[in-house]
Amino acid sequence: MGSTLRAAWHIAVKDLAIEWRTKTAFASGLVFAVLVLAVLFFSRDPTTVSATDIAPGAMWVTFTFASMLGLNRAFLIERELRALDGILLTPAPRAAIYWGKFVANLAFVGAIEAISLPLFVLFYDVPIWRRLGELILVIAMATIAFVAVGTLLSAMVVRTRYAELMLPLLLLPFLVPPLVAGVQATAPLLDGRPLSDVSGWLKLIAGFDVAFVTLAALLFEVVLDE
Amino acid sequence: MTLRERGNRIARVGTVVTALALLGLAGVYVRAIVYTPVEAAQGAAQKIFYVHVPSAWAGLMAFVITGLLSILYLWLKDRRLDLAAAASAEVGVAFSAIILTTGPIWGKPIWGTWWTWDARLTSTLFLFLLFVGYIVLRGVLTDPGIRGRFSAVIGIMALFLVPFIHLTVYLFRTLHPAPIVLKPSRPSLPGDMLTTLMLSVGVFTVLYTGLLMLRYALGLLREAREEELADAS
Repeated sequence: MGSTLRAAWHIAVKDLAIEWRTKTAFASGLVFAVLVLAVLFFSRDPTTVSATDIAPGAMWVTFTFASMLGLNRAFLIERELRALDGILLTPAPRAAIYWGKFVANLAFVGAIEAISLPLFVLFYDVPIWRRLGELILVIAMATIAFVAVGTLLSAMVVRTRYAELMLPLLLLPFLVPPLVAGVQATAPLLDGRPLSDVSGWLKLIAGFDVAFVTLAALLFEVVLDE
Repeated sequence: MTLRERGNRIARVGTVVTALALLGLAGVYVRAIVYTPVEAAQGAAQKIFYVHVPSAWAGLMAFVITGLLSILYLWLKDRRLDLAAAASAEVGVAFSAIILTTGPIWGKPIWGTWWTWDARLTSTLFLFLLFVGYIVLRGVLTDPGIRGRFSAVIGIMALFLVPFIHLTVYLFRTLHPAPIVLKPSRPSLPGDMLTTLMLSVGVFTVLYTGLLMLRYALGLLREAREEELADAS
């Protein structure tokens, strides 16, 4: 157990170090998130629909698309020079690769979300402060769901020639429950209503997290099996 | 028996089963249209129910069987299980297409709208899209071992996804008619209609079996052909 965690940590640190040195994916992910936020702002008739009405949806769609970019990156960097074979040759257990990638993706997506959230507040002028802690809890729970499934699927699609195309096709159906729950829980929280008003949605995301983190971690070994 | 012989034999049986099912389907149409009473409130539009509900049954069964065969494949590593799971997924996509076209045709006169984001409609739509993705993924993977494992992963995950999508939309809102046959109390469908429906469910189950056999046989024959080509070169 200890060695798995240590190996997972090394893989996560390696991924984040690569990203830290180039910042290519991070910069493009962030710019992409800002672009989506801006484009969605104009996807309404300003005389009939206020920006506050579409704000929760805009925020979650942005997070979803930005996560997808980050998740694609996770295994694409291992495809160059067949770097994944190198990791597989190390004594690190297969599970460590999943958890390492999971943690690195979580940090990557979380960082993009952390920077786009203030921009979202700025653009859409939403009173986020009233329930900030609760909102961050919902975002964190849904992000775990996105990343758990996305890490598994990105390890699969990277073996095809159409990775960038296949990931959204396979991943989006799985993101429906956390995405809908995220939007539905965000709207009341932005209205300043308490967390107990959205407990149904929270339970749904929590259940999804438990089920799919477990399932993805188990199935990951099948994906890497040679 | 070679792979080719086995494939040919299953294809022959599958053709007979499918032909019988299509004959039965014609019988169900006649019975539904001529011999089953017209529903008082919905009129003739309700007749589509005898196609819609059985396809939903067959489609859902197909995807559940894909999921179960996927689990078995990962466990036993038998290539035939992978071929059968893929065959079931394709037949499931075909039945889902029937569900998703007959539903709106009924919905327009009865609900006044072609589409609504109800729990069952949404689950069916996303399952349909996910399994189209499953088929596309199989198409772009060339190595049979990888193809089998990766599609098994999607097949199993889909099994777990359905209850979550269902719950999500249930929390959102729901409009679809409540179940009238498979429910804790007795079925509330009048006798004649229930008989027609059950007959149709039976026919669709046979149709599923026939199509599954044909598609599975095609998979076997394709493998046989690939082996022959590999031997020849």
